[in-house]
Amino acid sequence: MTALHWATISPFLLAILIPFLYKYVRRIHTGWFVLIVPLVLFIYFLSFLPVTANGDAVMRSVPWVPSLGISFDLYIDGLSLLFALLISGIGTLVVLYSVYYLSKHKEKLNNFYVYLLLFMGAMLGVVLSDNLIVLYVFWEITSISSALLISYWFHREKSTYGAQKSMYITVFGGLSMLGGFSLLYVMTGTFSVRVIIANVDLVATSSLFLPAMILILLGAFTKSAQFPFHIWLPDAMEAPTPVSAYLHSATMVKAGIYLVARVTPIFGGAAEWFWIISLVGLTTLIWGSISAVRQKDLKSILAFSTVSQLGMIMSLLGVGSVAYYFNDGDNALYTTAILAAVFHLINHATFKGSLFMTAGIIDHETGTRDIRKLGGLMTLMPITATVSLIGLAAMAGLPPFNGFLSKELFFTAMVNVTEYGIFSVETWGIVLPVLAWIASIFTFLYCAILFFKTFTGKFQPEKLAVKEVHEAPFGMLLSPIILGSLVVIFGLFPNILAYTLVEPAMAAILPGILEPGEQFYVNIYHWHGFILELWMTIGVIAIGTLLFLTMKKWSQSAFYRSEQDIFNHIYDSGYNGLIKGSQVLTRVQMTGMLRDYFLYMCTFIVLIIGYTMIRYDAFAINTDNLSPIDPYMWIVAILLVVSVVAVPFINNRITAIIVAGVAGFLVALIFTIFRAPDLALTQLLVETVSVILFMLVFYHLPDLRKEKIKPSFKLINLIVSIAVGVMITLVSLSAFALGSETNFTSIAAYFIENSKVLAGGYNIVNVILVDFRGLDTMLEILVLGIAALGVVSLIKLRLKGSEDV
Amino acid sequence: MFQIILYFSLLVLAISLVLFLIRIIKGPSTQDRILGLDCIGVTLVGFIGIIMILQETIAYSDIILVLSILAFVGTVAMSKFMERGAVFDRD
Repeated sequence: MTALHWATISPFLLAILIPFLYKYVRRIHTGWFVLIVPLVLFIYFLSFLPVTANGDAVMRSVPWVPSLGISFDLYIDGLSLLFALLISGIGTLVVLYSVYYLSKHKEKLNNFYVYLLLFMGAMLGVVLSDNLIVLYVFWEITSISSALLISYWFHREKSTYGAQKSMYITVFGGLSMLGGFSLLYVMTGTFSVRVIIANVDLVATSSLFLPAMILILLGAFTKSAQFPFHIWLPDAMEAPTPVSAYLHSATMVKAGIYLVARVTPIFGGAAEWFWIISLVGLTTLIWGSISAVRQKDLKSILAFSTVSQLGMIMSLLGVGSVAYYFNDGDNALYTTAILAAVFHLINHATFKGSLFMTAGIIDHETGTRDIRKLGGLMTLMPITATVSLIGLAAMAGLPPFNGFLSKELFFTAMVNVTEYGIFSVETWGIVLPVLAWIASIFTFLYCAILFFKTFTGKFQPEKLAVKEVHEAPFGMLLSPIILGSLVVIFGLFPNILAYTLVEPAMAAILPGILEPGEQFYVNIYHWHGFILELWMTIGVIAIGTLLFLTMKKWSQSAFYRSEQDIFNHIYDSGYNGLIKGSQVLTRVQMTGMLRDYFLYMCTFIVLIIGYTMIRYDAFAINTDNLSPIDPYMWIVAILLVVSVVAVPFINNRITAIIVAGVAGFLVALIFTIFRAPDLALTQLLVETVSVILFMLVFYHLPDLRKEKIKPSFKLINLIVSIAVGVMITLVSLSAFALGSETNFTSIAAYFIENSKVLAGGYNIVNVILVDFRGLDTMLEILVLGIAALGVVSLIKLRLKGSEDV
Repeated sequence: MFQIILYFSLLVLAISLVLFLIRIIKGPSTQDRILGLDCIGVTLVGFIGIIMILQETIAYSDIILVLSILAFVGTVAMSKFMERGAVFDRD
């Protein structure tokens, strides 16, 4: 265990201590203890910056299950470090915010911080793991801890609904991802990401390439709330706001982005990869931005905006993967998209975190998050308003904030796509920039709605539950202020990120493209000149403003009024349909009637045996080696058949017992004819005892009644019983034919020779029963003993006041 | 000749078994049926005896004895059931 391993699992270790701290140190808010971990981790991870900036990586290995090739390998390159810094940095701010947000007296803080620390450790594990199985383990812990955090207020129905939904969807994706990882293992023989990247030819030429890719993408898309799996994210907004800010904007939803970026060197360069990711990302972008416009709840707007921004980053990763097709680092044309993705990833984490926190502050201070009830908060909450304005302007893509820079890069990347001339982009590629542009208009629109509906207009105190609305305490404002200032700083001086974080992350997403000693050319600046991207931004602002000003007209439309996503409806009816369908299926199949189950069993026996016999062409009838039949034997056999067939048709129970007794006597007779005296003797005794037993219980039984059964049911019974009989007869005949063909020698000769010599008995049957195969006899005695005890306990032991045992 | 006689008698006994079975299935009263089963038991004694002669063995002699006892026991049990409605009395 190296220092890096301890750092990764330190949140888990602290999570163990939290309940004790909560219980025994009541005077101090538990959050202050928690704050230490992400802060120390953040500083620790900062120390890796020089390493990755030089293009180096750190690898630390600890064996876990060496026999299966699973080891707890941690690997830090530019991409992992970027995510680790995001997780620990925003983690620090979120914990700080939660200290002021969650009341020490009203809330169960121990639960909250244990879940949060579990999540933090799992997320660090996801981004730092080099081993796919370890990555999957941490991935599932993030799903579980996320569900726990969403249902933190578990007495609310909506919270548990949201937690359940997010759990189902992300675990579905996680399992698919495990399938994809297994396929990668099948192709390459290793779980290590770096080794797989080194042997990428094995993957690219394999027939499992496409299945593995789609399964892994399912995992990434469900986790990152991509279309159409985005539906869980808005419902996850029932979580406490610090959780929404941390998990559902900055970290967990970016795990899918991380995964796609991580496996880009494996799958990148393929046309399927390019089109799937770009189109899904753009669809998510436009769907999320349009849906965000019609939400009325602050956190729902932010949730859909998160969905759309994640779609944007995802589409950029898709477009950027063509760098592998050209395999050319010099040409900035192909790498712009990756640059934009990494840069926007950082930007989104900063401004979305601050926006969620301000939304939480508004909720905390006014008691509502409904934009129809809010308004005119600008003068009451000036600091919150300022931070929100900065965040929203960044999200809308306005200069001079960082969102503007990444949006310009986004447009550049999307416009560049049309010039690639591969993967048939010359015909369909024009769709990409157009979709991106339309989505940006809607982004601008909901940002404007979010700001102006909340902070300007008329203050409506009569609609608010809280009496005196005032600015939040400073401690609560601290985290959003820090994030807001980062938005401004990254916006004004983007190049402080360029060679510390962005370039190493690009090098990690696109390894092997650069010549040794080369670096990606990263220079982000505000002014490009009057080029297409600038006009696109101006167009976004102009049309967005126009749409916002005419909002009164279109806000009456059905589109704006219905908040529900159509996919929510599909999910709910699918879920209910699944439950109802399985209930119907169970009710049809599990009737509770033994005769139905018996019918299933017989039918399947006939079908399975019949299929097997036909499949291997095994039916055979061999009439050689048969003994001659005497005339009296015919009569006995016919008698036996008649008495057996007669039983089902008898309506009088005592007659049925007597006829069954006749059949038993005739079987004993047949045993005698075939020279089996011991069998005949036993058969006679058992038959008589059974007849007497039938007589004993007979007294308590009702008369045999004529049941009114449908004729079709009778017909089915008849067919099935005949089929079973015919099938068993045919199988016996075939077995006899097989025996006479292959000339197996019976082992009976051994018993005949050795019965006297070895066991000292002349009765071979009895010698076999008690000497050669004595164990079977012992166990059958045991069976009889158990049956006797069972009868006694059934008759004697009756629990009073309850059902019969 | 002796063999033929034995086989013939087996055939006769088998035919009588058929007649008893008809009586058991048809028999208007339960007493008819019980008597039929008893007769089948007794006929089987003869049947097995002839088979012993045919197969030249004495291995089935105890079967004959047991069969005689069981036919008796079974008939008595069923008759008692007819009489009292139960096989064993409760004290």
